[in-house]
Amino acid sequence: MSHSFLLNGQPVEATGHPMERLLDVLREQHGRTGTKEGCGEGECGACTVLMDGEPVLSCLIPLFQCEGRRIDTVEGLTAQESGPLRETLERFIATGGVQCGACTPGIVVTLAALLERNENPSREEAREALSGNLCRCTGYEGILRALLPGEAGR
Amino acid sequence: MIALRPQSLDEAVQHLEGDPGLVPVAGCTDLMVRGPEALHRMDRVIDLLGIPELRGIHEVTLKEKTGLEIGAATTFTEIRGSAQVRAAFPALVDAAGQVGGWQIQNRATLGGNLANASPAGDSLPVLLALDAVVIAAGRQGLREIPYSAFHTGYRKTALNQGEIIVRVRLPYLPEGSVQVFRKVGTREAQAISKVVVALAGRVADGRITDLRLAAGSVAAVPVRLRATEEAVRGRAPGADAADLAGRTAAGEVQPIDDVRSTAEYRRFALERVVRRMVLALT
Repeated sequence: MSHSFLLNGQPVEATGHPMERLLDVLREQHGRTGTKEGCGEGECGACTVLMDGEPVLSCLIPLFQCEGRRIDTVEGLTAQESGPLRETLERFIATGGVQCGACTPGIVVTLAALLERNENPSREEAREALSGNLCRCTGYEGILRALLPGEAGR
Repeated sequence: MIALRPQSLDEAVQHLEGDPGLVPVAGCTDLMVRGPEALHRMDRVIDLLGIPELRGIHEVTLKEKTGLEIGAATTFTEIRGSAQVRAAFPALVDAAGQVGGWQIQNRATLGGNLANASPAGDSLPVLLALDAVVIAAGRQGLREIPYSAFHTGYRKTALNQGEIIVRVRLPYLPEGSVQVFRKVGTREAQAISKVVVALAGRVADGRITDLRLAAGSVAAVPVRLRATEEAVRGRAPGADAADLAGRTAAGEVQPIDDVRSTAEYRRFALERVVRRMVLALT
């Protein structure tokens, strides 16, 4: 069965079992390997993508429900060369927001969605937005420092 | 493999009537956890997300009782964002905010939480405490199921074969009511509960009244703590009533040891949580 949707702005077709995980479709049919499989059970957030602008877990989305939807992955979202996300990512590197890197793509996607809604989140808003993304290096502090430049000098 | 996507309730009911093997799905956050192999063995699903009758939050008045009806396919993000729900049922908003993280809340639905019928479902004790009514659709049309009679056994519900949840009705509480929700898990977010508790009640003429207490993860189904309700009904609010409530609650449940917690800890936590909740009644 074939399903069509928009992937990072481009119309694409994907084939496979309707219950195929979007995560596998992205990685294996479209070469979008930026989206990582962590737990595969909806607990860790590593496979986060945007569906119609909302962060969702691609390991929990069956292919058939993607029909006609807009999917954005970390590759598409980080293509822009300026803007709040780009500035946050520059700081992300400087603050050591990346440690082992396994959680980073999912966190970047969640940050993109957060910044789209709120360019100046509070610490509490940032923590809540990121609560579905686990970093097992526990590097949250560096991530929050990148996101909250107003707190510099803490 | 058939994946049906009906665009109306009538269409969905007809499909379900004609094919008892169809598996209804919505946000899929519980279903997909089964993993690719099990998912590839599924051969007939029906997607409920496109059915307009299953969406939205509306005020209704029936037999002089007013309340809100929440469509079964309403996501927890939509519940959190609803000013109507926030004003009338803050405990449900609190519970919605503790279902997984942002990504899960964007997909998981209230009806899915009920139909999946996990004893650990976060919204379920709240619906018990709020005396919810489930409205289901099947071949005989719509019928109402008191939520207190919905869970009939471990992961079993009162829904008939081919019947689906359309919406959940929550009657407004009397003036001056207090609502409290508390989930105890391994961490603050993204955890399945060890114990989850909800209370609704109020104090009138110096006495505790209209009290409903419910808990999850302490039995095979989410349960009303009826012995506890009975023990403190009519008592003056305060430390004595709260102590009695906590002790009674710990004595009336039969939790088990499992991967997430022990029976002993669950009883201990339930006692503490119920005690503090009853203290909130003033």
